[in-house]
Amino acid sequence: MSKSITLKEKYPPGDFAIWIIIYVEFITFALLFLGYAFSRRLDVELFNGSQEILSQTSGFINTFILITSSYFVVKAVQNMKSMTKENYKEFNTKASRWLLFAIMCGVAFLVIKVTEFSHIFGLGINLSTNKFFMFYLLLTVFHFLHVLLGSGILFIIYKKTRIYGYTPDDYKGFETGASYWHMVDLLWIVLFPLVYIIR
Amino acid sequence: MKYTSQAVAKPYFIFALILLAGEILFGLLMAIQYIYGDFLFPLIPFNVLRMVHTNLLIVMLLNGFMGATYYLVPEEAERELWSPKLAIITFWIFAAAGVATILGYLLVPYATLTELTFNNLLPTMGREFLEQPLPTKVGIVIVVLSYILNTAMTVITGRKTVITTVLLTGLAGLAVFFLFAFYVPDNLIMDKFFWWFTVHLWVEATWELIMGAILAFVLIKTTGVDREHIDKWLYLIIAMTMVSGILGTGHHFFYMGAPEYWLWIGSISSAVEPLPFLLMILFAFTMARDRKIQHDNEMALTWAKGTAVMAFLGAGVWGFFHTLAPVNMFTHGTQLTAAHGHLSFYGAYVMIVFTVISYAMPILRGRPHGNCKKAQAVELKSFWMMNIGMMGLTLALSAAGIVQILDQRVGTDLIGFMESQESIEGIYMVRAAFGVLVLTGLFTYFYSFFVKEEA
Repeated sequence: MSKSITLKEKYPPGDFAIWIIIYVEFITFALLFLGYAFSRRLDVELFNGSQEILSQTSGFINTFILITSSYFVVKAVQNMKSMTKENYKEFNTKASRWLLFAIMCGVAFLVIKVTEFSHIFGLGINLSTNKFFMFYLLLTVFHFLHVLLGSGILFIIYKKTRIYGYTPDDYKGFETGASYWHMVDLLWIVLFPLVYIIR
Repeated sequence: MKYTSQAVAKPYFIFALILLAGEILFGLLMAIQYIYGDFLFPLIPFNVLRMVHTNLLIVMLLNGFMGATYYLVPEEAERELWSPKLAIITFWIFAAAGVATILGYLLVPYATLTELTFNNLLPTMGREFLEQPLPTKVGIVIVVLSYILNTAMTVITGRKTVITTVLLTGLAGLAVFFLFAFYVPDNLIMDKFFWWFTVHLWVEATWELIMGAILAFVLIKTTGVDREHIDKWLYLIIAMTMVSGILGTGHHFFYMGAPEYWLWIGSISSAVEPLPFLLMILFAFTMARDRKIQHDNEMALTWAKGTAVMAFLGAGVWGFFHTLAPVNMFTHGTQLTAAHGHLSFYGAYVMIVFTVISYAMPILRGRPHGNCKKAQAVELKSFWMMNIGMMGLTLALSAAGIVQILDQRVGTDLIGFMESQESIEGIYMVRAAFGVLVLTGLFTYFYSFFVKEEA
């Protein structure tokens, strides 16, 4: 009986509120993905032609970076889960190191994205150029803002691990931030093939 | 009442209710004009009635918000209001300016009013909802700034809570976005942009913060649920509201000369806009279910729950009906818009004012446990009369909108505006009847304040 209660408490990880936010984000992005898919069907040539301007390489590197960062966040969460009252300070420090790697990945993603945007804007492309670039800009800029926010959230958690702020009894905040980061990652995993690859 | 300065809320509440009665009355006159076009001709033309109707609503809501603020801020900050005197002075300034403006609309032709009120110095008049003459607009700025000053000083020197933080953010937004009312670009499209920056960012962003804060306050008081619990919901709701609401401004930029991408930004973000309202229902009903106290003023909680439901229907559901660009191409500016406008303003804002008045007014009148059971029974009747009235009115307007679309916008066999209006006459009668029900409900509500328990 008590076991089932603890299981229930541990799922979903993090604060329940973050899951409401995550689902709303998914709905919003899903609407954009659907809009993209339907618009593409109406003018496949335009979409394929415009796609060629994008750099698949930088998109691929960014995908790799984000997945790696999520791996680091997972490692950090594992540290949280295995800490005890005796060693929680040590595990906070360990987790903070993994988080730092994850944040560095987040920043790298942002830097690469800014380079990509400056190239695109340098070509004089904007929201009104065509349907493809409208979706490209809406999706990637919106996602960019999420990575920015996600990195900020990871940084806040990082600061807290530095002062040993998480204990075996309470690391809900940590899992909340981690859940958000995984969402950011997951969105990109759909966005990347949809906008950069599928022809 | 914990702090004596909370009493300054009372005149604000009373005046808000009087203005509401006026608003509904002028609404009814218009409902009759829809049926008999020359009703009140040439005394008060439709455009003047409409202006009075909508302006009374705005002033009424501002009064309600101010009353609510002055009531809740001392209790939240755990200190007396910074300056009760300032609050009373601004009340009279606001009331006098409001009455003068309405009289101006009614007694002087609008064109003459523009000349009399220095519109030539800084042209700001003539825009829907922002028709106020320059001196009134300046007056609103002064009143709102002093209101913010009073609230901020109380909050800063007292206990800080999530409710007051959210409230103050909302108030700051209210003041900032009103400034766009002073800027009227010559370009008609630019003009629409800036006009919506005031109108939309008021009702679909900053006012929602004020509403959320008031709702959270009343829920804490009537359910006894932990503040921590309520704070989390409040943050969640307002965060979602702000993001979807600000981007949702895009749904006003459809087909008005703005770039095409607004069709997408507006459609998608406003498709998400109903979700925070859905959360608000969950919020109110969860808090009511998990309540730790049984407050004697049951009507306050009833209004709070009602607000969440009607706001979701009016702003969420009726908004969603016509927020997708391809749908909006047909519905734009029809009675369907009016249906949404009526139910959302009523559900979200008029009802939150009822909620706080129903909670606070009995306390201000020396009844800490709320009005007596008999009075509350009358109030419950008024609650249903107004809600059913507004719902019926909204459904009638929606039907009118659909007929209008079929008459004038679908297919090739189309008829003119006046012909179409004639075909809707029957529906307009139904609408007017429900309007009468709303007004009767309001008078029943007034009456409930004077019902005494039998000895």
